[in-house]
Amino acid sequence: MTDAANGQVPASTDASDRPDPLDFLPPDEPVHLLDPDGTYHPDPDHPIDLDDAALRELYRLMMVTRKVDREAINLQRQGQLGVYASCMGQEAAQIGSAYALGPDDWIFPSYRELGAALVRQVDAAGFLHLYRGTWLSDHDPYKHNFGLMSIPIGTQALHATGFAMGARLDGNPIVAMTYYGDGGTSEGDPHEAMTFAGVTKAPVIFFVQNNQYAISVPLAKQTAAPTLAHKAIGYGMPGYRVDGNDVLASYAVTRRAIDRAREGVGPAFIEAMTYRMEAHTTSDDPSRYRTQEELEEAAKTDPIVRMRNFLTKRDLYDSALEDAIEEQTKQVASEVRAGIYDAPHGDPMELFDHVYLDATNHFEDQVAQLRSELSQGGEV
Amino acid sequence: MAVTMAQAINQALADAMAKDERVLIFGEDVGKLGGVFRVTDGLQATYGEDRVFDTPLAESGIIGTAIGLAMYGYRPVPEMQFDGFTYPAFEQIVSHLAKMPNRSRGTVKLPVTIRIPFGGGIGAVEHHSESPEAYWAHTAGLKVMTPGTPEDGYSMMREAIEMDDPVVFLEPKRRYWMKTDAAMPVTTEPARDAVVRRAGTDVSVFCYGPMVRTALDAAEAAADEGWSIEVVDLRSLSPLDTDAIVASVERTGRAIVVHEAARNLGIGAEVAARIQERAFYHLEAPVLRATGFDTPYPPAKLEEFWLPDVDRILDLVERALAY
Repeated sequence: MTDAANGQVPASTDASDRPDPLDFLPPDEPVHLLDPDGTYHPDPDHPIDLDDAALRELYRLMMVTRKVDREAINLQRQGQLGVYASCMGQEAAQIGSAYALGPDDWIFPSYRELGAALVRQVDAAGFLHLYRGTWLSDHDPYKHNFGLMSIPIGTQALHATGFAMGARLDGNPIVAMTYYGDGGTSEGDPHEAMTFAGVTKAPVIFFVQNNQYAISVPLAKQTAAPTLAHKAIGYGMPGYRVDGNDVLASYAVTRRAIDRAREGVGPAFIEAMTYRMEAHTTSDDPSRYRTQEELEEAAKTDPIVRMRNFLTKRDLYDSALEDAIEEQTKQVASEVRAGIYDAPHGDPMELFDHVYLDATNHFEDQVAQLRSELSQGGEV
Repeated sequence: MAVTMAQAINQALADAMAKDERVLIFGEDVGKLGGVFRVTDGLQATYGEDRVFDTPLAESGIIGTAIGLAMYGYRPVPEMQFDGFTYPAFEQIVSHLAKMPNRSRGTVKLPVTIRIPFGGGIGAVEHHSESPEAYWAHTAGLKVMTPGTPEDGYSMMREAIEMDDPVVFLEPKRRYWMKTDAAMPVTTEPARDAVVRRAGTDVSVFCYGPMVRTALDAAEAAADEGWSIEVVDLRSLSPLDTDAIVASVERTGRAIVVHEAARNLGIGAEVAARIQERAFYHLEAPVLRATGFDTPYPPAKLEEFWLPDVDRILDLVERALAY
């Protein structure tokens, strides 16, 4: 019987190769491998293929991230940074996921991804120059495979998707991962990015840190979806859910998504459950929208303490490691202060240098004007 | 054999794809259908679905993924199906495409050419006849150009695709069927140069895109009145060829700017400002503007009353000459 005889309109595409939707739905509970006391629960679906050195490295990266994060807040209080968006509390989600990428894979971050940036060996002081206002970005994206920090919410999801489409077209087995937050899932661009990625099977991972707040707005006012991960099925990709304060689970779930994308199966969405321990930015006042009790509860889930407990149970943590990390975080903090403190302004004439590769006719008179203003004793 | 502007642009796209395998064409309906104006007709059949592909119906997605593809190393030529549908992509164009090379201190190049059929005069339904060029020209980091002839349709498109800067390429849709006997490929003046389409001595008429033909018709009619009109096709709206504009005004002493876009803060305002800055003592009359009105684009049955035409231009010529 034809579709029409059956009362069905003809379909423009064959639905027979559609995957089983149940494969795309998130599990009832986020994937969780480490208890707060450091007890490890092995999970055959989420193996940890990391040796002792790598486990210690995850911990070290989280410690360095927290130290730089604290330092950035201090620098803002001292007037050295205009503003800063802390990632405190989100270290495991960022570092576990970024650590799961291969060296040729790419990250397309928002402005809160200090942890991911440090995994990519972006210079910590350089990372903060955006917040100081020295220049709009300091690192070379092609050196670190780490895109520019994107401030308009969720817009970078499309850049990651386009990049991944390009890699797939080029036969290059790399993966692009983009980071944004729970608020970002309400924006149009992540929706369009997931639509494009689903259709093109682009090897892109949408890693959402659900830190419970978009500035002041809690998740319940952001979406009526059962979970953010449930959204993924609508784009034809799996929605994973992970305890984002568990660095091993963050690593393992992301690794699973990456392997799948690299094999050409397609994109994936990951919702990492975490908590933004600091204000949205240093300009924010979270006491207006959340309680001290809530914050104290959240502090009990601290990802760094959890990993330290795990390493201790494994006999991988001792005073020598503690001292070495202490020494190193001090060193990095000192470098950050040196790189930021009283850093000179950029050269005003550079304003014109990168607007166009061919700037002919665009603003010669304005270049001359600024040069003249500077030569007339203008204090730079 | 005569070639239309649509065919000339199609040929430019085909030749650019043949020359450089990094060139990709994508957008809504550009593949199998060949675009709603058939400007990409046949390209998918020749270059395959990897390089010429239909996207989901999402303009921000088209431009945002073009940015990612360009970061990867491709030279994307995305199409916005109509002028009035560029607005969903506004943020990607203004906040990222235009700014990223500058933010990255020049380490990120975005050689993206956005094709946009623009302007009215074809009796289209609402949102299909807009002239958004001032938005793009106002945005630092974009180059904005529009051809007024089929030859420029070919040559400027080739140049746009080869530029490493992002380009907004505005195609005057009412002139898609304008014909030339010139053989393609053809190389015209560099896109950043304005071109004198008709020399004259009494009044300079500055125009671009769809209004080039209209201005030439007006100049022809003016000649019957004994007025000598110089028609200057601006071609590039960002950057503007200020030297050519000033040189023309120095010859004629009078200037009229013509565009379909609404008058308030349109390209005409910028051209007038530059003329009074650079050619004040050459002016015999105020700079005048023949433009669309400061109203939303009208319904199709009223567009003839809204769009600048030969009569609106000639009225201003007469006014300019009366000073």
